[in-house]
Amino acid sequence: MKRFFPFMGRWLLALALAIWLPGLAQASSTADHSKFESLKGPFASAPEVTKACLACHTEASHQVMKSIHWTWDFTNPDTGKRLGKPRTMNSFCGSPLSNEPRCTSCHAGYGWTDARQQPEPVQENVDCLVCHDRSGGYKKVATDAGHPLYEPRVMGGKSVMPPDLAKAAQSVADPGRDNCGACHFNGGGGDGVKHGDLDTSLVKPSRQLDVHMAADGANMTCATCHTFNDHIPSGSRYDTTAKDPHGLDLPKDDHNRATCESCHGDTPHKQAKLNDHTDRVACQTCHIPEFARGGVATKTWWDWSTAGRKDADGKAVFIKDDHGHLSYSAEKGDFQYGENVRPTYYWYNGVTEQVNVGDKFDDSQILRLNKLHGDSKDPKARIWPFKEMRGKQPYDPELKTLVVNHVFGKDDAAFWGNYDYAKSIKFGMDYAGLPWSGKIGFIETRMTWPITHMVAPKEDALKCGQCHTKDENGRLAQLPGFYMPGRDSIRWLDFVGLLALGGALAGVVVHGLARIVMNRKTRHD
Amino acid sequence: MTKRDVMIYTRYERFWHWSQAVLIFTLFFTGLRIHDLHPWLKFGQAVTLHTYAAYALMGLWVFTTFWNFTTGQWRQYLFKKGIFKVIRFYAWGILVGEPHPYKKTLQRKQNALQSLAYMTFMVVIGPALWLTGIAYLFYNEWAGADWSGDALWVIAVSHTMAAFAMGTFVIIHIYMTTTGKTPLHYVKTMITGYDKVELSEVEEAYLAETKSVEMR
Repeated sequence: MKRFFPFMGRWLLALALAIWLPGLAQASSTADHSKFESLKGPFASAPEVTKACLACHTEASHQVMKSIHWTWDFTNPDTGKRLGKPRTMNSFCGSPLSNEPRCTSCHAGYGWTDARQQPEPVQENVDCLVCHDRSGGYKKVATDAGHPLYEPRVMGGKSVMPPDLAKAAQSVADPGRDNCGACHFNGGGGDGVKHGDLDTSLVKPSRQLDVHMAADGANMTCATCHTFNDHIPSGSRYDTTAKDPHGLDLPKDDHNRATCESCHGDTPHKQAKLNDHTDRVACQTCHIPEFARGGVATKTWWDWSTAGRKDADGKAVFIKDDHGHLSYSAEKGDFQYGENVRPTYYWYNGVTEQVNVGDKFDDSQILRLNKLHGDSKDPKARIWPFKEMRGKQPYDPELKTLVVNHVFGKDDAAFWGNYDYAKSIKFGMDYAGLPWSGKIGFIETRMTWPITHMVAPKEDALKCGQCHTKDENGRLAQLPGFYMPGRDSIRWLDFVGLLALGGALAGVVVHGLARIVMNRKTRHD
Repeated sequence: MTKRDVMIYTRYERFWHWSQAVLIFTLFFTGLRIHDLHPWLKFGQAVTLHTYAAYALMGLWVFTTFWNFTTGQWRQYLFKKGIFKVIRFYAWGILVGEPHPYKKTLQRKQNALQSLAYMTFMVVIGPALWLTGIAYLFYNEWAGADWSGDALWVIAVSHTMAAFAMGTFVIIHIYMTTTGKTPLHYVKTMITGYDKVELSEVEEAYLAETKSVEMR
């Protein structure tokens, strides 16, 4: 009966913003880290900085080591399946196994060179700076298992200087959008590649791009919503809260603000009819009309089957499209990109079935790497927007499993060098200790990425008629199974109805004409 | 027996009729838009208008039901004999100049066909629309039930069917208004309330004395 208290949500929202936002805006602290002797350096390595941090923040590393940022290990509470990057496959790079120093550059630690095992619990190996550096200078180098540069290095023909670790150490504060973005904006091997709703345009977004994170909007950071409790982040793609029955977080805070409902409640609109949608339609569905809106393209197709092409001179082929994006890479295959992409909509109750590297599957059809659960009859499910990633990936056509492809390394088996799948996959599978028939095929895959960032201002939200329409191009035209006004009808019944109307009209016209033609005195009182 | 101009449609009846006409037009037009059968409004606007008009019409019907019973006017809608004569008249007699088989009196304003049509309107088409309409309007209050998905189909389809029936009724009803003495005679009557009615001397004297019904 919340519809009868429409002002409650606004009032609590105002209160919530009044409490949270000033704290974020000022980021005031009782400690000025630039005044600490122990942070003046010089530091020979990043772990030395961590050691200095831990001298005061005694529990920090223990907390971080329990978080998924460190463990890359997660058991799905819905399916009981053990997930995490070392085992769960995606449709981009494949597996980090045997490619560690490259892939573990985004590990929240230092020196994880063998992802077959959990990272060693060495306190100093926790990377404090990647999240807390506010100097903007600290950067994990792409190939060194999470370390930054310590010496100048020539990369891509340019000499790159190592970061000033002392300056970084003295700058520490709550993470900004750029801290999280260093990894999360670049997932899948580059800016905006993976998610579609996360890319570097969100470092300084316009209000049109992201109403929450824009400086002239609410100027929020990632952690404003992704609440951290003892360094454990909230919000998960493995275990999504597709519907937050908890609603508004105040006055009782569940320390998890990673849903829209946490701040907006489940009746956020002035119009009751709009609020009637919130039980079946995720906020994101209307309020993120397109993703990749910030001028950064996201990858929509990745075909590994064509990788490895060389030209007549034996040189690896790389082709760029009109926008300067690689449309073909000998290292990775064919690509397609999208900007301002309309999402694909599915029913989703937050339960996802992921495919791990050893899992058997049916290869007679397109492989869905993360099957979404929920349908219109499931009260926990809502209609959600997704980026649908398409592609082709190497697999074992005999054992019907995906395979580990060894792409990165200075050895002669690495695909990014020798362009020989037979060698690189053998190396990868041996390394992972997984059975392989020796055969290689390519299977077409799909992967759905929930869209939840890049929330547009309300005036840019979807209009009713974009879903409520018979147009076959309507937003929900492909989502049958429930009655939706404007879209659904029983065709023959509409036909009968229109026939009745038309018949009545025709009948009275004929009758009227007959009266005129007969032209007799037809009046009576 | 004399013919006098008598107020046969009181102020409330005329108010009821014309406000109901406006509301039904609004509902039909916006309803067709919601069903995506024409593009001349935005979906959201159509829903808002449809909802307000529905509430207004239901309010009007509550008052009118009350009025019909307190004034005893509900008896006008009861079944009358001679319906086939009336049907025969409109199908043929009217074309060849036969007189209408029905005489309008103060106690019998409607002919048998009218009574049947209006009765159908009030007890079948109307309730089918408002019953399904209310259920539809408050969908969210029962959306959680297991059967809600199927029930919504039934309700929506019934509502649409009843709406088409209403539309058909209105078309024929409007045409029938042209069958009076002049094509606009009945419309004028429904605007002014006065029509020529044959009164017995006793009736005339009674009305003149008591002024229970206006007469000119």
